[in-house]
Amino acid sequence: MNGQPIIETVGLRRTFKGRGKAGEVEAVAGVDLQVQAGRIFGFLGPNGAGKTTTLRILATLLPPTAGTARVVGFDVAKNPDRVRERIGYVAQSGGSYRSSTGRDELIIQGRLFGMSKAVAAVRAQEILEALDLAEAGDRTCGTYSGGMRRRLNIGIGMVHRPALLFLDEPTTGLDPQARARMWEEIRRLRETGTTVFLTTHYLEEADALCDDLAIIDHGRIVAEGSPDELKREIAGDIVTIGANGHSDKIVELMRAQSFVREASMEDGLVRLYVDRGEEAVPQVLRLLDGSGLAPSTMNLHRPSLDDVFLKKTGRSLRESAA
Amino acid sequence: MRTIRDTWLIFDRSLWLTLRNPVWVIMGVMQPILYLLLFGPLLKNIASMPGFPPGGAFNVFVPGILVMTALFGSAFVGFGLCDEMREGVVERMRVTPMSRVAMLLGRSLRDVVILEAQAVILVVLSVPFGLELKIEGIVVAFGLLALIGLMMSPVSYVLALVLQSEDALAPVVNAVALPLLLLSGVMLPMSLAPDWLQKIADVNPLYHAVAAIRALFNANYGDTEILIGTAVLAVLAVITIWMGARAFSRAAA
Repeated sequence: MNGQPIIETVGLRRTFKGRGKAGEVEAVAGVDLQVQAGRIFGFLGPNGAGKTTTLRILATLLPPTAGTARVVGFDVAKNPDRVRERIGYVAQSGGSYRSSTGRDELIIQGRLFGMSKAVAAVRAQEILEALDLAEAGDRTCGTYSGGMRRRLNIGIGMVHRPALLFLDEPTTGLDPQARARMWEEIRRLRETGTTVFLTTHYLEEADALCDDLAIIDHGRIVAEGSPDELKREIAGDIVTIGANGHSDKIVELMRAQSFVREASMEDGLVRLYVDRGEEAVPQVLRLLDGSGLAPSTMNLHRPSLDDVFLKKTGRSLRESAA
Repeated sequence: MRTIRDTWLIFDRSLWLTLRNPVWVIMGVMQPILYLLLFGPLLKNIASMPGFPPGGAFNVFVPGILVMTALFGSAFVGFGLCDEMREGVVERMRVTPMSRVAMLLGRSLRDVVILEAQAVILVVLSVPFGLELKIEGIVVAFGLLALIGLMMSPVSYVLALVLQSEDALAPVVNAVALPLLLLSGVMLPMSLAPDWLQKIADVNPLYHAVAAIRALFNANYGDTEILIGTAVLAVLAVITIWMGARAFSRAAA
């Protein structure tokens, strides 16, 4: 953990020419990132937040408009080929061709990294077996299930044993079972020493799978840390009250209480940030009863990453992602 | 070295993928066969008209059909690339250290091989109609067909990389290919054309390609059109290959 970070960016920016009168669109607006080797790093954010653009810059596919990015020790703009030798990249669009067989795709990938035919064939077989695709290896990729195809794509990305693997939304569109399977594969990659950099807009995925997270919104990093650290930033618990149309009054009332750190409202719900949720709930109930502001619902929960996102951006990731 | 090796790898892969699903190859040769069968016989009587170039009707007609096959065969290769781009194949390979020229050249050489195979079929089928085989000339003519493929397929790939979808590509390719074809004297010799049309045709590289291949098919090996056609195609092929390689290294697809 003390060595050089495997990814380090300073002031990374990328603008695109907008359509029509829109002028320039800043997809990545000054990103400073450090990713340590051997970790699963999650890049969390709603669609259009700049996740994929950042990933594409780091994977040498897109030159940055400003700023620098060092990946596996080399500058992506100055030494892209050195970076490419040591990274793997799996795009959202996949990478395997449906008319080609899984085995052929793995072999050609190995050969493009300089392996001989024989070495590439051995490596292809190894990967097919590791990913439980041995039987499907000689079928065309078009016949694979969604989960199988996704596993193959990751296999293609790791043929040359990269130090760092980029995965763009690796589980989007997968059913829960295939997703769990994918998480397992990603954890196994970490065990072999591969650093994994993935993007996701699933909170559960970021929480359960990633060692470190950066939350990105509108092209900027809004929070960074391990899932636990991020959640701890929101001290205490959260009480959500169904306000029955009395949001304003309830917020006003609650802000006056010493046990409430913060109160906010959103879509007819009042959110209270409190130190001890289990003690706060009865007090809140008594207060509401006493003021004739009977709530429709009440809910106590520990902070989730969505609460982190909400607090940092004022929006819920669940809604933005939908 | 890396470029040659990578070119071979991409060529090999592309050729296999094409042969695994040869519908397009067969479609590509069916159309010119129909021209041979259903249009060729009309020429027998026209061949004696004034203005028709010397040589047997089929020795004039087949070169045109071959150029048409080469033009349309290579103009539409971008469709296959759109398909590969959509599945992320191009992007995946761009994150390898492989040669960018090879991404283009491997595919274009595959296109040339397919084209030559189609040309052989067409020439063989034309013999019963009265095509006289001038072997040396035909061999050199096949070299010119390869140059047409090397010139046109990069154009199609560049357009595919820029436009990114078959829907956008189809009208553009048609808009480029059809005038090139009509102004090349493929169907009927441009010597029958009025002056102004002839002048426009003069700047069409394919017009010179057709003229050169006709001269070769008729064993007029001293015809300067052979040199002109070869030089024009070779220079243009170098330019389009260079453009194509650049497009692959930049592709934001």
